[in-house]
Amino acid sequence: MSTQIETLLKSNLTTTVVHNNIPVVEIDKVNVYSKGHHILKNVSTIIPKNKITVLLGPSGCGKTTLLKCLNRLTDLYPDLKVSGSIRIDGDNIFDAHKDITAIRQKMGLLLQRPYPLPMSIYDNIAYGLKLKGIRNKKIISAKVEKHLKEVALWDEVKDRLKTSAQRLSIGQQQRLCLARGLAVEPEIILADEPSSALDPISSRVIEEEFIKLKSGYTIILVTHILRQAKRLADNVIFMYYGEIIESGPAQQVFENPQSEILKEYLRVGH
Amino acid sequence: MLLSRKLTDNISSKWMVTCLTFCLLLPLAIGTGLVFKSTPLLSEHRLSELVFSKDWFPSDNRFGFWSFIVSSVWVTVLSLIISIPLCLLSAIYLTQYAPKWFLKFMRPVIDILAGIPSVVYGVWGLLIVVPLVGDKIAPFFGKESLGYSLLAGAIVLAVMSIPYILNMLLEVFRQMPVELGEASLALGATKWETIKHSFLRKGSTGIISAFGLGFSKALGETIAVLMVVGNVVQIPKSMFDSGYTLPGLIANNYGEMMSIPSYDSALMFGALLLFVIIVIINVIFRYIIYKSEAL
Amino acid sequence: MMTFRRKYEERFFRALSFLFTAIIVFVLVQIIWTVVKKGFPSLSWQMITQEPKGGFYFGKDGGILNAIAGSFYLAVCSTILAFVISLPVALFMNIYLIRYQRLLIGIRFFLDVLWGVPSIVYGAFGFTLLMYLGYKNSLGAGIITVAAMITPIMIRAMDEVLKTIPIGLQEASYALGSTKTETAYKVFFREALPGFATAILLAFGRGIGDAASVLFTAGYTDHIPHGFSEPTATLPLAIFFQLSSPIEEVQNRAYAAAVILTVIVLVLSVSARLIKMKK
Repeated sequence: MSTQIETLLKSNLTTTVVHNNIPVVEIDKVNVYSKGHHILKNVSTIIPKNKITVLLGPSGCGKTTLLKCLNRLTDLYPDLKVSGSIRIDGDNIFDAHKDITAIRQKMGLLLQRPYPLPMSIYDNIAYGLKLKGIRNKKIISAKVEKHLKEVALWDEVKDRLKTSAQRLSIGQQQRLCLARGLAVEPEIILADEPSSALDPISSRVIEEEFIKLKSGYTIILVTHILRQAKRLADNVIFMYYGEIIESGPAQQVFENPQSEILKEYLRVGH
Repeated sequence: MLLSRKLTDNISSKWMVTCLTFCLLLPLAIGTGLVFKSTPLLSEHRLSELVFSKDWFPSDNRFGFWSFIVSSVWVTVLSLIISIPLCLLSAIYLTQYAPKWFLKFMRPVIDILAGIPSVVYGVWGLLIVVPLVGDKIAPFFGKESLGYSLLAGAIVLAVMSIPYILNMLLEVFRQMPVELGEASLALGATKWETIKHSFLRKGSTGIISAFGLGFSKALGETIAVLMVVGNVVQIPKSMFDSGYTLPGLIANNYGEMMSIPSYDSALMFGALLLFVIIVIINVIFRYIIYKSEAL
Repeated sequence: MMTFRRKYEERFFRALSFLFTAIIVFVLVQIIWTVVKKGFPSLSWQMITQEPKGGFYFGKDGGILNAIAGSFYLAVCSTILAFVISLPVALFMNIYLIRYQRLLIGIRFFLDVLWGVPSIVYGAFGFTLLMYLGYKNSLGAGIITVAAMITPIMIRAMDEVLKTIPIGLQEASYALGSTKTETAYKVFFREALPGFATAILLAFGRGIGDAASVLFTAGYTDHIPHGFSEPTATLPLAIFFQLSSPIEEVQNRAYAAAVILTVIVLVLSVSARLIKMKK
């Protein structure tokens, strides 16, 4: 099977060149071990700019781990041993003297469930801005309004900006978390199954947001829902047991799968 | 089913209910018993006079508890001022910064601190803390002190309440969702900023309750404080003065209880006072914890 | 970019929090070191094998066997008594009351509050009860007072262990035709036994080290008690009383007694932790 993967990887690299996409994220030979388990096996790939790249695969295949590698949240888990290199705009993020907080601000993160910070709606968005050193109240207010409008939440919350974010509905909370991520002006949005805890309407709103946002941002979306991947993906990376099996433009991957695993996965639908 | 099995089941469940009832009635019995014993005193004196008067002359039949209450509150508040930053920051260190093995190493350390008997803390207080306060700390502030002082009591008490408060705080930080930390870090916050803005707020009810319960624990501590606080009936003017705490009063005068009429009743009133205050504090903070867990 | 201030704030608090943790470890080591250093020289075989003899309190011969034995009698008996009450209550809560969550929460709340009541209040209450019933200070009275004090601790510690047993085990036991009692004592009890051992050691440690509750109730004597109605000495009280003596010899013996008590408690803490880790 390894030879199969190698050929696939090569073909994938050529397709990237053919499509002439500018890479933002270059992942090179990333390995992750946890207590002796090999969670990510020699993962190398390129993520193109201003596209929605979907990390697809059954649960437990290492998608979320790969996503957390990208902004080094893996630092939080002492059991994880990470090696290899990930370059964002050419900078290797595993470089020891890189300012990790600045790297993280290049990426907005959206988790499976919304985790609003324990403060008001307004402060949730102002938080990241203040960390960036913005102190001017007018600028902060303007940005809060701008980003809440960007996620279509402004009309629902404009009269209660000072109330606790935890009182919002779960769908509203998730959109707030998206706005909070956008406020620090990231280049990349990392989303880990962002609609899995949401009702169908809220999850459609999030999907619509993603399509609107991709002109300005590079979006990396983890999902195990095939239909969602088909609706959103420009670019697909299919993972299975810690390895990248296939990757490339969505149309090519979905309509002309090369490997048996992916063919089976597409047929069964999950 | 065999008759004997059924009978066993029957008897056993009755015994269980009996034991439970007994446990639930115990505090009621304590309360009633203490009220009963303090009635003679309460019928002779007004409650406000007992609590707010500072005249303590048992042989004249005058019982003012104010100086004991003031001493107790002084010692307890001072001890919290020392133990709060210690416990809060080390809980943060152990759960957020330290490697896992260090937390594992600290657990038995906390256990042992919690297990050391009060009287041993008292011995340590006599040997180390009293001279430290008398010879080093008081002169440093330009004061004179024998060392047997509110501050000495507070230091001993602070150390004693560390394991109690620290355990509760560790639990508060352990229950913090990892994702909340991830969300804050992903916005570019440093670890400390994440702790300061997110964790401390999210855990605020738990943290406040831990301190509240620590307060009530310290307020009731007897022997160790008794050994280092000096036991002089007076309204202390500074933390280098001697004091006399309420539990200390009860413990110290046990032998003389009989000789003066109403003295015995007065000491039981002191115990009642302590019981009521501590139960109220416990109910309030346990309720806050219970509410925050139910959410 | 991260500003200078933010970077150093992070480093400062990281260092400070480490420092405070280190202080706690240091204080523990310092306490044990102080007590051992002061008491060890006065520790002798005679100390732990003899009762006080004539003139003991003026620095003459004798030991504190009366207090050691008294403490063990008191702690062992009150732990057993507390266990006999706690076990049924903890099992009852987790088997019979499992369906009544609100009631269960109420009982736990109540026991937690009871845990907060200081030992001096138990002591005062025990003394009151003693006077009312017309009994004298005695080993028996001390046992009952200490048992009342450690029962809520023991119940809650056992309850925490039983809470973790999955409901499936209960269902499986009923499915085999067991009664609730059989489920309680044959299934739950065995499953939770290592956890119970920790709870018992914890309560025992509390019982052997507490002074304020026995101050009024157990009395004090130079002899090993031969029955529940006789007064008894305990280690904490022996330390407390001997320290107030002006004679240095006697004071030194108090320090030696403190070493003995500390060692007993250390052994208890460490074995409780070992049992917990094994599980």
